[in-house]
Amino acid sequence: MSLPKPRIAVVVFPGSNDDRDAAWALQALDAEPVMVWHGDEELPDVDAVVLPGGFSYGDYLRAGAIARFSPAMRAVSAFAADGGLVLGICNGFQILCEAGLLPGVLQPNASLTFVCRDVGVRVERTDTPFTSRCAPGQRLTIPVKHADGCWFAPPELLAELEELGQIVLRYDAGENPNGAVADVAGVVNREATVMGLMPHPEHAVDPLLGSGDGALVLASLVDAAREHTLAAV
Amino acid sequence: MRATVLVRPKAGILDPQGEAVETSLKHLGFAVGEARIGRVIDLEVDAGSEEEAQAAVERMCEQLLANPLIESYDIELGSPA
Repeated sequence: MSLPKPRIAVVVFPGSNDDRDAAWALQALDAEPVMVWHGDEELPDVDAVVLPGGFSYGDYLRAGAIARFSPAMRAVSAFAADGGLVLGICNGFQILCEAGLLPGVLQPNASLTFVCRDVGVRVERTDTPFTSRCAPGQRLTIPVKHADGCWFAPPELLAELEELGQIVLRYDAGENPNGAVADVAGVVNREATVMGLMPHPEHAVDPLLGSGDGALVLASLVDAAREHTLAAV
Repeated sequence: MRATVLVRPKAGILDPQGEAVETSLKHLGFAVGEARIGRVIDLEVDAGSEEEAQAAVERMCEQLLANPLIESYDIELGSPA
């Protein structure tokens, strides 16, 4: 008997543009993506949620600031509060920070330019549902493409996050593309059930496109979501 | 009641836009420093009193208009221009 396919919601906001790439990647990794419109007040029965990249609501005010008020985000917040797995990629990361589901904030890149290139990131923790397929300290090559990726937290908050191991991905030395403090590329909440990252794992699932390293992140999520499916049976 | 909200990057927060504008002003020959760029939000607030309007706009700032991690805000209230 084949393994059950976990159902993973991909929330589509006005201005999302990586929603289909995320769905394609999840499907390629043996999950069943379920598209959810931002106006939907309830999530379908899913095992995890992905907030995709893009420019929801035109990045008005601050990136992610408006999307957080959409009906679907209220449902996602409730899902996360119940311990549900949520992965925010790029704009999804910005939305999770603005919604207070993840610590810190994403500011405009220090260079003031849009960056679009492969970057090297280091996996700082492998005991999370998003990095379980990685080796400790593994170096991944995953593309970034953003204008507002400069993650920031005040010194006391950063120290607390470092202490609690909430910094899960860090840009390699000299590869920080946006000026993020402490080279932070990805963080988790305290329970490690919600993660946000600026690099796009969904664009690095097939080695044909330059790197397959993003599949490690997404396949980790699929594994964890599948466990959730099996636990519910 | 008219309300104007000034949102600024907090002291010490990286402000590359401010730096870029400062550099450009220097290129124009102006002797300037510490340029910082924020934003202005003009609002018409439906409130019975100035105190009520002030309290409402403060809540707006905390919940949406400013991100307290990186931005500070000032509120100016006034009658319609």
